[in-house]
Amino acid sequence: MQVTSSVRDPLVTGGKTIHDVTEDICRQVEAKPNKTWGLGMVVSIAVLIVGGGAVWMTLWEGIGMWGLNKTVGWAWDITNFVWWVGIGHAGTLISAILLLFRQKWRTSINRAAEAMTIFAVICAAMFPILHMGRPWLGAYWALPLPNTFGSLWVNFNSPLLWDVFAISTYFSVSLVFWYIGLVPDFATIRDRASGISKTIYGGLSLGWRGGARDWMRYESVSLILAGLATPLVLSVHTIVSFDFATSVIPGWHTTIFPPYFVSGAIFSGFAMVLTLMLVTRKVYKLEDYITIGHIELMNIIIIVTGSIVGIAYLTELFMAWYSGVEYEQYAFLNRATGPYWWAYFIMMSCNVISPQLFWFKKIRTNLTATFILSIVVNIGMWFERFVIIVTSLHRDYLPSSWAMFYPTIYDVGVYLFTFGFFFTAFLLFAKFFPVINMAEVKAVLKSSSERSNGSATAADASLHSSSTETENN
Amino acid sequence: MQLPPMRLYIHHQLKLKIINMESGKKYILGIYDDEDVLKDGVKKVRDAGVQIDEVYSPFPVHGLEDVLGYKRTRLPIAAFLFGLTGTSLALIMQIGMMTYDWPMIIGGKDFLPMPAFIPVTFEMTVLIAAFGMVFTFLVISDLKPWASPKIYDLRSTDDRHIMAIDIARNKLSPEKIKSILADAGTTEVNEKSFD
Repeated sequence: MQVTSSVRDPLVTGGKTIHDVTEDICRQVEAKPNKTWGLGMVVSIAVLIVGGGAVWMTLWEGIGMWGLNKTVGWAWDITNFVWWVGIGHAGTLISAILLLFRQKWRTSINRAAEAMTIFAVICAAMFPILHMGRPWLGAYWALPLPNTFGSLWVNFNSPLLWDVFAISTYFSVSLVFWYIGLVPDFATIRDRASGISKTIYGGLSLGWRGGARDWMRYESVSLILAGLATPLVLSVHTIVSFDFATSVIPGWHTTIFPPYFVSGAIFSGFAMVLTLMLVTRKVYKLEDYITIGHIELMNIIIIVTGSIVGIAYLTELFMAWYSGVEYEQYAFLNRATGPYWWAYFIMMSCNVISPQLFWFKKIRTNLTATFILSIVVNIGMWFERFVIIVTSLHRDYLPSSWAMFYPTIYDVGVYLFTFGFFFTAFLLFAKFFPVINMAEVKAVLKSSSERSNGSATAADASLHSSSTETENN
Repeated sequence: MQLPPMRLYIHHQLKLKIINMESGKKYILGIYDDEDVLKDGVKKVRDAGVQIDEVYSPFPVHGLEDVLGYKRTRLPIAAFLFGLTGTSLALIMQIGMMTYDWPMIIGGKDFLPMPAFIPVTFEMTVLIAAFGMVFTFLVISDLKPWASPKIYDLRSTDDRHIMAIDIARNKLSPEKIKSILADAGTTEVNEKSFD
């Protein structure tokens, strides 16, 4: 048994009944798309097409179209890869870790956050595949097949291969987790629909009826998937950080990388969830489901993870000095004062200083401020990866090899392509899929909505003086 | 007679199939609009000696499976066994490739570099545990894209809990069952038959 205090703010406001939840969420799926959605779709597809040109040129001419050179062999591609994977961390964090911690507020945001995760991981996966140059020849080399089907195998000592396993496992487990959660909601849409959409949503709902036995198994599956996804989500960015940490490049081979990357990933992931949810909430009028309370809680997570990232930056600097290794010391001095000082400055101000503004309640409960800061955080996190990667590489061991990295329009174009894909996919999701997990919101409605909380405390005032008892969620 | 588990399962499935194939089955439906009233209602109905087929809800109701007297699901055990399979497969694969089939010195490491094998082993464990468990869930709950589910009441995926009682499986008369349901907190009592 769990006791929900009536002092807590309700998770769903506006006196919603269970039927209202069905109506409010299904309406978006059943109605014709509105103009804002159409405009968003046109812009996203335009970006996708423009970016597609850059992808085509990269595949046709080779990765020589990018700004890479002999010294800086990794730049925007891996920066974008790490950035997108990081963004992809929030969804599973919300649905898995917050489920294990019994955080009921996750129910309003987990669906969209998981969708975002899946699309972000697809965007991330595009970069290593494109960097192969000839992916039609190279993509299968990453699989544990004998090399060129001879006698050699892939190298299981390499963190790049661990990445292949980590990202593909993360993607497929997140996809399954997301889909299992969607099944009961598809059944709700099926039972309201007619004609072709009944057939489509009927197929997607897998014949779900919501029997008590099925719900018991569903709950068990969700809990275990959450238990499996929790270490998984932590492992993914840990392994991404191993790509750098197991090398011998000054500025990369530090043991702080795994926790530092994971908290950075959660930091940027929550920022992206906020960016998307603030817009979705406004366009779909979901203010009663995604309340200021939800936004404030997400902002608090941003303060916590942002502060961990800030401490990690300072620890890195301290360790570089304390190690007494002059190469390590130079790498960090060069980051802050070298030719890329401006990138370091953007990283520091966006990631360390800007989230601290959320200590003020006025700012963390203000929608405009949250929206702006959520974008600032993601700009900062992009620059963090750029700083780590490019500044560590561009001053090579021999001064004669020193070089600068300048992106070409193809670097920019491929990055735009992933943006186009991400937003197109998210908009399609927002139109055709229920953006809020109806079944889970309904399950917390009695204990945590404005209406029920109020009436229950009034009715049971003699029984429970300051708290309403609810079933263990 | 106690059948071995697999036989028992097949036997059970066949029995279900025969029940499902019977045409013109009549059900009495007790409809609830509150999960706590529902749980009390289930207790009352079962105490009165009525056999409940199943209760359909739009969202998970905690403790409902207990008042219905269902056994705890063994899916966690399945997940553990699938996970164990994943761990073993990953280790067999890596050790087979790197230690036995083509041993090479890479970065001065051992032919059996266990620490380097841990990440892939972990990922494969999670992957196979998750997929195995979800697949098991779909099979035992008979969830498939081409299913044509028997819906008792369309509101069971919206805002009502539907308690389905098969008349043929109960000794009590339909009138008696209905009067029990009426006293057990239902908002409506309906009948439904499938042709």
